[in-house]
Amino acid sequence: MSKRYTWICGGRVVDPATQRDEVCDVLVEGDRIRQVGKVENGFSAKEVDRIEARGLLVTPGLIDMHVHFREPGNEEEETILSGSRAAVAGGITSVACFPNTEPSVDNEAAAEFVVLQGKRAGMANVFPVGTVTFNREGKRLSEMGGLARAGAVAFSEADRSLRSAEVMRRGLLYAKMFDLPVIAHCEDPDLRGAGVMGYGEVALRLGLPGVPDAAEDIVIARDIRLADITQGRLHISHMSTRGSLELLREAKSSGLDVTGEVNPPHFALTEESVTTYDPNFKLVPPLRTPADVEALIRGLEEGVIDVISSGHAPHAPEEKQLEFVYAPPGVVGLETLFPVSYTLLVEKHGFSLLKLLEKMTIQPARILRLSEERGSLEVGKLADISVFDISKERSIQSASFHSKSRNTCFEGWNVRGTTMHVLVSGRCVFRDGAIVGRE
Amino acid sequence: MEETAKKLEWKRKDLLGLNELSVDEINEILDTAEGFREVSTRSIKKVPALRGTVIVTLFFEASTRTRISFDLAATRLSADVIDFTGSASSTLKGETLNDTAKNIEAMGVDILVLRHPCSGAANQLANSLSCSVVNAGDGSHEHPTQALLDIFTIRRALGRIEGLKVALVGDVSHSRVARSNIWGLQKLGAEVYAVGPPTLVPRGMAKLGVHVSHHLDEILPEMDVFNMLRIQKERQDQGLFPSIREYSRLFGLNRHRMKRVKPEALVLHPGPINRGVELTPDVADGKQSLILNQVTSGLAVRMAVLYLVGTRGRGAPAEEKGT
Repeated sequence: MSKRYTWICGGRVVDPATQRDEVCDVLVEGDRIRQVGKVENGFSAKEVDRIEARGLLVTPGLIDMHVHFREPGNEEEETILSGSRAAVAGGITSVACFPNTEPSVDNEAAAEFVVLQGKRAGMANVFPVGTVTFNREGKRLSEMGGLARAGAVAFSEADRSLRSAEVMRRGLLYAKMFDLPVIAHCEDPDLRGAGVMGYGEVALRLGLPGVPDAAEDIVIARDIRLADITQGRLHISHMSTRGSLELLREAKSSGLDVTGEVNPPHFALTEESVTTYDPNFKLVPPLRTPADVEALIRGLEEGVIDVISSGHAPHAPEEKQLEFVYAPPGVVGLETLFPVSYTLLVEKHGFSLLKLLEKMTIQPARILRLSEERGSLEVGKLADISVFDISKERSIQSASFHSKSRNTCFEGWNVRGTTMHVLVSGRCVFRDGAIVGRE
Repeated sequence: MEETAKKLEWKRKDLLGLNELSVDEINEILDTAEGFREVSTRSIKKVPALRGTVIVTLFFEASTRTRISFDLAATRLSADVIDFTGSASSTLKGETLNDTAKNIEAMGVDILVLRHPCSGAANQLANSLSCSVVNAGDGSHEHPTQALLDIFTIRRALGRIEGLKVALVGDVSHSRVARSNIWGLQKLGAEVYAVGPPTLVPRGMAKLGVHVSHHLDEILPEMDVFNMLRIQKERQDQGLFPSIREYSRLFGLNRHRMKRVKPEALVLHPGPINRGVELTPDVADGKQSLILNQVTSGLAVRMAVLYLVGTRGRGAPAEEKGT
């Protein structure tokens, strides 16, 4: 039986929305946060579940606004159940599922299915992202009204760029009715061509076709211009180039509602990783140069880049064992999002925890219009809370992932940041480093 | 340089490319090839060096000449050779390259000679197999034995590599032959010029240490060697150059251009030649052309490579096995 109160005691509570960073308690009553501060012990053992958090980090549950669960269509790679288990194991309490499933989430019923499967899983909060166009064909707009009604938090063509600027313009305009963003994968398909890695010296050496930076920058420039004439809401998915960062900076300074995101591989790794031809280093957009990595980290630090998301893209092992050129791009990331970001950005680059966590909590919450209820540890909000141990170093081992897939680019990395406990709407779904089954 | 260079002990299981080889390793292959060249001139063209060794040529792209050359090289070393033709497929449900190779390896193969349309295929297999892998060309990545035979041919004709200026003319960007030549020639001290239209020889190539030129006529008098790469018709179909006619006009070697090259300059071509495109017939068959010498050298070089990876400093395995 679940108890009325959950009392998270004595952890270091870091909440970017309120700029709180102090050692204190968090008291949860039912599904909501009741008190943050020093909580007096006046409870009977029967009514309180006490979680000892001394020496641990207590944060708002992380929000990962870019994941690909393969349900419906490719359940052998990931289901909404396995994906949301992987999410909470990574300290992530809310995910936005991209619509490139089979069939795609381009209608109300499909979005409702995602929501329903999320509820059945009973782990993280699962929010669908709907398509911009019917069947992601880039022509007729999808019924965004129905998608929004079913719970969609954004619209996106997932891993495709709209070829037609006019369709993109209409999408941005139409989505405004629901105050939801269009999440754009920015890559010119012609310039990308057969490219499988970043264009440059390493690609020339390896004899692999490259994708020039311009493929990304050109489409970002176009979409920003369209956000300008529509005054729509644009969110740029997984940025990888220096140029994209400057475009985003400029768009923001001219007051447009444009936000941007990176995935950890793009600030943790360079194109040099491809040298082994290991398809686990094949990503879209591709890994790029040290100068790009530096620029992205600076962009995160300066706040130009709003969000860090995982881009979680599970693939079956037989797919990732193919020749580099043939293997599908993408890596899993739910269970490495926090530890890799924390280790690199806080420990190596000196970010404050507040700065890191805002990009995984309140900022995605605001973009997806979830911040009324989630993304912070304010009294009255839904109690999505994660507790991490950031003291112990450990090695990333994909064999221990909760995801159905193992295609990580961080195998064997030594990191800090182990998920200890996770509450979703006040219910403890992850306790002492393990998933808690439903009662 | 010390005159009495110690004989290098070959340690590599695989030959994947020239980029990873040291100068000593490249010279070891070339010197070993010198020894094997003589075998082809004997009345009995066979040595027992790889007796009892099983070699499979696994080709996912058609290439009659490279395959025959490897077959013949293996036969002259007394190895058993089996040819296997695979069909490369990007579809998921077929047998993967890895599975195909593992199956072949399970039959007790010592050396796998792989030709594959994907860059890196040989590297990927070398990591998962315990038998030796010899790269006979992978995508646009490397074709080490071709470059070794080019270098071997040049070395025999001019007596050195160091200080030479070598032009690689054509589709350098997509050419595994060009890449392997770049690494091998540079390591041995030659200056490499990549020549072709910017769509096939991008400026970024300079980062690989080569001189980039888009005008064959400008560099004609300086070069010691012209290696004329085969132009693929599909590049025209992709729109990377407007027409074969114009390509030939701008980058083909013909009688007029030959008047402007050094008298001792060499003309190479990895074959098969598109006569009238990369070379006019009079140049291909002319006295400065070493195209057929290349083919002969290829045999000696491939014998050397198979011998070195097959024995790996252990001496001939045939004697060890000795059953």
